[in-house]
Amino acid sequence: MHYVFEPGLFASGPVRTALLVGAIVAVTSGVIGVFTVIRGQSFAGHSLADVATTGGSGAFLVGLNQFWGFLAAGIAAAALMEGIGVQRRRGRDVATGVVLGAALGAAALFLYLGTLHTSTTGASFTVLFGSIFVISPDTVPALIASGIIALAVVAVLTRVLLLTSLSSDLARAKGVPVRAVGMAYLAALAVSVSLAAVAIGAVLSTALLIGPSATALRVAKSPGWAMAASALTGVAATWIGIVLAYDSFYWPPHGHGWPVSFFVVTLVLVGYLLTYVKRPRRLAPRSPHEGAECSPA
Amino acid sequence: MFTGLMLNTWITATIVAVIAGMVGFFAVLRGQTFAAHAIPNGAFAGAAGASLLGINVLWGLAVFAIGGALGIGALGSERGGRKGRNDVVTALGLVLMLGLGALFISVSSEYAEETYALLFGEVFGISQGEVLPILLLGIVSVVAIGVAFRPLMLTSALPEVAEARGVSTRRADLYFLVVMALATSMTVPVVGALLMFSLMIGPAAAARSVTARPGVALALSVAIALVTVWISIALSYRTNWPLGFFVGVAGAVFFLLGQGFRALGTTLGTRRPRPAQ
Repeated sequence: MHYVFEPGLFASGPVRTALLVGAIVAVTSGVIGVFTVIRGQSFAGHSLADVATTGGSGAFLVGLNQFWGFLAAGIAAAALMEGIGVQRRRGRDVATGVVLGAALGAAALFLYLGTLHTSTTGASFTVLFGSIFVISPDTVPALIASGIIALAVVAVLTRVLLLTSLSSDLARAKGVPVRAVGMAYLAALAVSVSLAAVAIGAVLSTALLIGPSATALRVAKSPGWAMAASALTGVAATWIGIVLAYDSFYWPPHGHGWPVSFFVVTLVLVGYLLTYVKRPRRLAPRSPHEGAECSPA
Repeated sequence: MFTGLMLNTWITATIVAVIAGMVGFFAVLRGQTFAAHAIPNGAFAGAAGASLLGINVLWGLAVFAIGGALGIGALGSERGGRKGRNDVVTALGLVLMLGLGALFISVSSEYAEETYALLFGEVFGISQGEVLPILLLGIVSVVAIGVAFRPLMLTSALPEVAEARGVSTRRADLYFLVVMALATSMTVPVVGALLMFSLMIGPAAAARSVTARPGVALALSVAIALVTVWISIALSYRTNWPLGFFVGVAGAVFFLLGQGFRALGTTLGTRRPRPAQ
């Protein structure tokens, strides 16, 4: 047993914080990600993380708290994407891409200006990949608060969101303000993704947003179950990943831990691929997000 | 501004702009914007792996770019349903490659400088020897797109008709993604993963919002990419600010101009019928 759970694992402060933050982010991302996958907004979900990190490096440059930079950039980008976003899915992806391209350019500038002052190119690496073991405990309350806000928005909107995601024409006929709902959802997504990005890095944030949700949607019979399964899968992958990363300190090459993001990404992906193996395609009922792809024509 | 090493920069950037304008046009048309982001970024992780193993970085770039393209193409497009789970598979492929990249970088432990270069490019230090492979690759990509121009257009615009005529959407997807992977594996070490993405999407999106005629839009996309790159190099040379910044901003500005142009056309009553969803 000691080979798996290193003695002193759960007594270590950083590990405890990592487990807690990982769980918060995994639950928030898992629940919100279900809608991201149903609505086909994975690209937006990933881009928001990248854009948020741009805000983080910008805030770093002017000496503000990075947390606010992440949040402000994420929400601004969400508004822009939805603002220029065309209703059709492909048009929306292009709008996302244009915003992302501009933000990445700005990131290049901020990092360049940052290196003029501090000469740390390592910043680009940390921003992209993050490190779950170096979160300061005093950001945890802010993480919890914004996670709750994002979840509350989605909880209030659940029924409307499902309706607009599956048939926006039907929703419009019923008098649902489709555009406003989309905007509110994207704002919630931006809050959740920026928090995940600041806490665990852009890569892991995308992995936890899309992986568990896509897995759950292939298996679960209803959206509610999908959200629960997605949150659980996310938490499991994160915790196992953290424990493995802690153990990997003793794996080759010696004296070097393997990154948490690698383990979590691998676990998430294995989970997703397992859903392909388990059920024969012929008997599989159409999962909700596949239904969403039917053209209304 | 036009001497010695800078001449190489101008030539290389021009070739890259032509490739990016062409490939980007189809990326926007086929709704593969996310793949255009994921493949260069994933390729960057491959470069980290190659430098860990001590082999030529190009091999790592090529293996990851083409592997990523095949994975996204094979798992992403189900029969007929082009849009299918495409974005989910792309996202997962991207994070897998980046996760591996994180592993490679952490194991090799002295990579930060090169990471920065591969993400943001080193366009101002291209030697004579680096120009030729890029030129060859540029020709290969342009020919590959030119040869398959009609099937690529048909499967993008009218997938059902294409299927009925026996042109496989799925195979066209795979073909296009592999061309994109080839293009990026050569251009990423020069212009960087992030810049390549901006250069593929901005000009193509701008061109598409100005005209719906494929030939004109393709030419316009290449032209805008060229102008973007040339302006950006000149500004970057003058200000010493990173090239990626100017390319990213110019792409967004051109897109907004294109949208404005279209809005103007709509109000003047020359609105074209929109393609069916």
